[in-house]
Amino acid sequence: MTDSKYFTTTKKGEIFELKAELNSDKKEKKKEAVKKVIASMTVGKDVSALFPDVVNCMQTDNLELKKLVYLYLMNYAKSQPDMAIMAVNTFVKDCEDPNPLIRALAVRTMGCIRVDKITEYLCEPLRKCLKDEDPYVRKTAAVCVAKLHDINAQLVEDQGFLDTLKDLISDSNPMVVANAVAALSEIAESHPNSNLLDLNPQTINKLLTALNECTEWGQIFILDCLANYTPRDDRESQSICERVTPRLSHANSAVVLSAVKVLMKFMEMLPKDLDYYGTLLKKLAPPLVTLLSAEPELQYVALRNINLIVQRRPEILKHEMKVFFVKYNDPIYVKLEKLDIMIRLASQANIAQVLAELKEYATEVDVDFVRKAVRAIGRCAIKVEQSAERCVSTLLDLIQTKVNYVVQEAIVVIKDIFRKYPNKYESVIATLCENLDSLDEPEARAAMIWIVGEYAERIDNADELLESFLEGFHDESTQVQLQLLTAIVKLFLKKPTETQELVQQVLSLATQDSDNPDLRDRGYIYWRLLSTDPVAAKEVVLAEKPLISEETDLIEPTLLEELICHIGTLASVYHKPPSAFVEGSRGVQHKRLPGSAGSGESADSPDTGSAAGVSEAPPAVIPSQGDLLGDLLNLDLTPPTTSGPPPAPSSGMQMGAMDLLGGGLDSLMGDESEPPPVPQRTDTPQSPQLSHQSPSPPDYSPTELGGDLGGSPAMGAGFGAPPTAMPASFPPPVSGGLDDLFDLGGSVGMPMGAYSPPKSIWLPAMKAKGLEISGTFARRAGVIQMEMTLTNKAMSIMTDFAIQFNRNSFGLAPAGPLQVLTPVGPNQSIEVALPLSTVGPVMKMEPLTNLQVAVKNNIDVFYFSSQYPISMLFVEDGKMERQVFLATWKDIPNDNEAQFQIKDCHLNSDAASSKLQGSNVFTIAKRTVEGQDMLYQSMKLTNGIWVLAELRVQAGNPNYTVSLKCRAPEVSQCVFQSYEAMLKN
Amino acid sequence: MIHSLFLVNASGDIFLEKHWKSVVSRSVCDYFFEAQERATEPENVPPVIPTPHHYLISVLRHRIYFVAVIQSEVPPLFVIEFLHRVVDTFQDYFGVCTEAAIKDNVVVVYELLEEMLDNGFPLATESNILKELIKPPTILRTMVNTITGSTNVGEQLPTGQLSVVPWRRTGVKYTNNEAYFDVVEEIDAIIDKSGSTITAEIQGVIDACVKLTGMPDLTLSFMNPRLLDDVSFHPCVRFKRWEAERILSFIPPDGNFRLLSYHVSSQNLVAIPVYVKHNITFREGSSQGRFDLTLGPKQTMGKAVESVLVSSQLPRGVLNANLNPSQGTYTFDPVTKMLSWDVGKINPQKLPSLKGTMSLQAGASKPDENPSINIQFKIQQMAISGCTQAGQTL
Repeated sequence: MTDSKYFTTTKKGEIFELKAELNSDKKEKKKEAVKKVIASMTVGKDVSALFPDVVNCMQTDNLELKKLVYLYLMNYAKSQPDMAIMAVNTFVKDCEDPNPLIRALAVRTMGCIRVDKITEYLCEPLRKCLKDEDPYVRKTAAVCVAKLHDINAQLVEDQGFLDTLKDLISDSNPMVVANAVAALSEIAESHPNSNLLDLNPQTINKLLTALNECTEWGQIFILDCLANYTPRDDRESQSICERVTPRLSHANSAVVLSAVKVLMKFMEMLPKDLDYYGTLLKKLAPPLVTLLSAEPELQYVALRNINLIVQRRPEILKHEMKVFFVKYNDPIYVKLEKLDIMIRLASQANIAQVLAELKEYATEVDVDFVRKAVRAIGRCAIKVEQSAERCVSTLLDLIQTKVNYVVQEAIVVIKDIFRKYPNKYESVIATLCENLDSLDEPEARAAMIWIVGEYAERIDNADELLESFLEGFHDESTQVQLQLLTAIVKLFLKKPTETQELVQQVLSLATQDSDNPDLRDRGYIYWRLLSTDPVAAKEVVLAEKPLISEETDLIEPTLLEELICHIGTLASVYHKPPSAFVEGSRGVQHKRLPGSAGSGESADSPDTGSAAGVSEAPPAVIPSQGDLLGDLLNLDLTPPTTSGPPPAPSSGMQMGAMDLLGGGLDSLMGDESEPPPVPQRTDTPQSPQLSHQSPSPPDYSPTELGGDLGGSPAMGAGFGAPPTAMPASFPPPVSGGLDDLFDLGGSVGMPMGAYSPPKSIWLPAMKAKGLEISGTFARRAGVIQMEMTLTNKAMSIMTDFAIQFNRNSFGLAPAGPLQVLTPVGPNQSIEVALPLSTVGPVMKMEPLTNLQVAVKNNIDVFYFSSQYPISMLFVEDGKMERQVFLATWKDIPNDNEAQFQIKDCHLNSDAASSKLQGSNVFTIAKRTVEGQDMLYQSMKLTNGIWVLAELRVQAGNPNYTVSLKCRAPEVSQCVFQSYEAMLKN
Repeated sequence: MIHSLFLVNASGDIFLEKHWKSVVSRSVCDYFFEAQERATEPENVPPVIPTPHHYLISVLRHRIYFVAVIQSEVPPLFVIEFLHRVVDTFQDYFGVCTEAAIKDNVVVVYELLEEMLDNGFPLATESNILKELIKPPTILRTMVNTITGSTNVGEQLPTGQLSVVPWRRTGVKYTNNEAYFDVVEEIDAIIDKSGSTITAEIQGVIDACVKLTGMPDLTLSFMNPRLLDDVSFHPCVRFKRWEAERILSFIPPDGNFRLLSYHVSSQNLVAIPVYVKHNITFREGSSQGRFDLTLGPKQTMGKAVESVLVSSQLPRGVLNANLNPSQGTYTFDPVTKMLSWDVGKINPQKLPSLKGTMSLQAGASKPDENPSINIQFKIQQMAISGCTQAGQTL
């Protein structure tokens, strides 16, 4: 007899049958029935209809039956809140049961019933259980506080449970301490700035004592909590390290990794000359190695963390290279991680071994792995100079295998090697050229073209080679096209006599036949450079390039520091700060490593744990610098193609292009009329040749752009940098001129606060890489909605939309994810309605109804701000009783009264009243005095603020007077604007 | 903390779900299925998968994916370790951890999961405690339960739950007091064709089965504790004493448990107890190749080498192999080119060999003559690392 029989019945009358069995007199039958119900529940069948019958079985002495009923309750109480109340009494009774097991079970289950109504009944029993004599009950109750907090945070704070929880940290039983810490940590996550886990040397001491005695899971919680502490000096740091070190020998890998985190962090504070420091370093290696003999999933997480650790402290694992050698039966994700670490650990001492391994890997079958292995050889060459020669010969061997993807990958890395060690290995170019025809991936083709262009003078048939690529110019990817353009220009500068035709061909292809702005711009720049001053062109195009160094693939130091503080967490697996991806982590504190007290690094990070709110959205659109240039030129105000046949490079050098650049730059640099959105402006160097341009007025017309700058000679000099670096040399706060351009159509004409205002453009496409968002707010059936039209004006498909709000005055927040299910193709629009809730975090904004929004898609994150009409926040139950209205009106001091005029409104008082009613402005009474209608109205905002209004309408007079009274006078102005909009709509 | 758990079988059906906080729709598993589709092999599914609102952490055991759903920043290792613990517990309770076994015992499974995690926090994961709370199903108990109407659920608060030794229950009584220790060592080694060891590492564990009355305090000492430089212990072991005196001192849990696991790296010379003589040749231009493989024991201290299994990935050009084993059986899969030979026990007097010819694809170039050969074997009652026990006291 097994339980699988419960899965088999799927007849139609099942529910009825179960119902009958549940109400049976026989205990045994009842239990069987409950088991069947549970089984159905497990596989996702809906058995909520049986709720009352199951709850009836609750009062029983049979512990198993009780447990089963509890299981059922937890699952379905949410959908049957009224019925769940029936269970409350049993819970309260069970909380006083003499058997601690039952007490704990009851308090545990109560916390899992996520019904608001029940939580109130829960407080008393919970308070009792938190002080229970039995530690088993106490530790269960500690977790229950966290559960309750999740359901109703305010209640927990009001009832003082948080303080009780803090007291439990000093409990005599280590398990209780561990659970209290776990609960507090979870609660603290949603209260980033609260000082819940106030760590001081006394509590630390208690935690360390508990650490030795509690369960493995408790140890993880305590260690994670310890990692947030900043010791006062190196002494304290050392003593904590000493007490944590034994955890490195724990069988549970999560304990080990958490201990590693604590040690890595506190080690920063130890002076490096201390003996203990060396001992500690030695002790860290074996546990990390042991992690690699565990199951592959554990290995993966461990490897991602080791990747961080070796970047921070390579000395720990420098002798352990061999354990990172790939095993034939490792899953692919482990193999790739191991490769990464091998490269990081590669040094002169072990490079021979590493290379031999990598060469082996390059002959494996898994394509991804092979590619990465070949890349790794290249990175070794760049990292360890002495090995470069051997790496190159290994790569050449691999090219000889003629395996297509190996060859391509090898060529890509050889390009990097050339950039690291110029003029050293050019002898291999001939071999590379042999494989020219087999290259079909853009990256490999681009690399090959770069090599040919760079070493054109040594390749006899360079022009032929490049010409062969040119035939299919339009079919190439942008990467290849750009590279080909540059390579041919290089070739021309090196061998001007025989390649003139070629260069003209490529320039005209790039400037006229291409839709790609980057390509076109680069073409124009080269063209102009070549025609005005070939010597300057040579300096620019053939300028010496900075050498590649191995740092390029290292994690940026500040990020690394933060990640080290997050060892063992998701952040360390993704190598991103938690703020970048963990949902609900608003205001997560940036963790930083403590500065070393003993050595001179103390200036490193004085402000440990400074509460930098990361998710504060910048207030306006922030274009990233690189693309803005592209966008700017993309305006295409006076396209040169319209001026007939292409001008020869030697002649007047197409004015159009120049003007285009001139005009664009002019507005780019000069416009000061709008304050830049980002405060970076001060620290960005502006090139002096350009900054003297007078600010162009915000209302300039496109036609003015043409002649504006003429052929300013300063331009050429302004482009002193190599072309590839050009976008970066522009100052970022360039939104000024463009803003104005778009604002003409957008925000200037944005109508305020109609009852549902027409859609206006919130985010113009130019600022968001082609994504245009227009939208409005509406209140439909009591739900506030943000209705948006997302238009894709870019060339590529957009997917993965998500939205987030900054804190705002009324706590508006998306009630669900942005429902854009299908990708938005080019020139396609999609309508979305995002329901909003008003339970988000609150921060007063200026103006009050300002809402800052961040929208993300697969391309980037964009920020914009918009204003919502306050009428949207008027709730349906905003009708006040007459008496209350009267009393309140009198009660509010006259200082809070604000009077406004509404002009040109041609409605009679009844029409006005009904119109306002539609927006939840309720008319409570109407009086007519001397031909003047007085409407007394009330409305209530979502956050409970009442606004009282007196609207005076005189027949025949189009001007209304509205007096507003409110305890929060700040809202009056907004309400008035809404009034006006509502009435005139 | 851990939000929900889904169990997914090999054919991609969710056959069990458990939520410890609010209910997460099972559609969240679609992201998992996507990743599963992308992965070529079942074991290549990445262990951590991000979705817009959740993170999915999965392990694959016994052809079942255990997919945990988490919503906030939780140490992934914590989740993976916990999932392993779930698998171990199921195995402990039901003997095997298969879909059928889980379905057969769904109520016990549900009770166990409920007991192991509370609001996402681990509650009781020690098998000793769990067994006191929920008795493992046996045929006898099922019979008794059906007749008497009693239950699998323990009535008493598990005694170990709160004591300083949470892993041991109190009041243990045995008529026969006994304690067994098994030293199991696995060796991973790569040996080049001349027979010298390139890398070798040993993973060892000491599993114990202790059936002793009362609160025994055991000590275990080793002849050569220096070998064990990288160890991880069961929580019962007193670490201070090990650090200071290199003696294992502990109050053992009741029943089976893993006392410690250790890792001996290649720095300590390892003598491989088996050797392989091979002679694989292909002649240029001919479609035939010769294959000759002989195994023999070395340095086994008189112990027999058992369950020997040889496998080799033959070169791609090999079409078929016609071989003659002196003992055991062999198979050759012409698709994967995998040759495997089940040798059995090595008799030192008459060494096992596998000889014969291979037929090659006509016209193919001469393949590599050094295919890699993997050998698995077991030797009872011998520890390669030379780790020996000096004595134990009660």
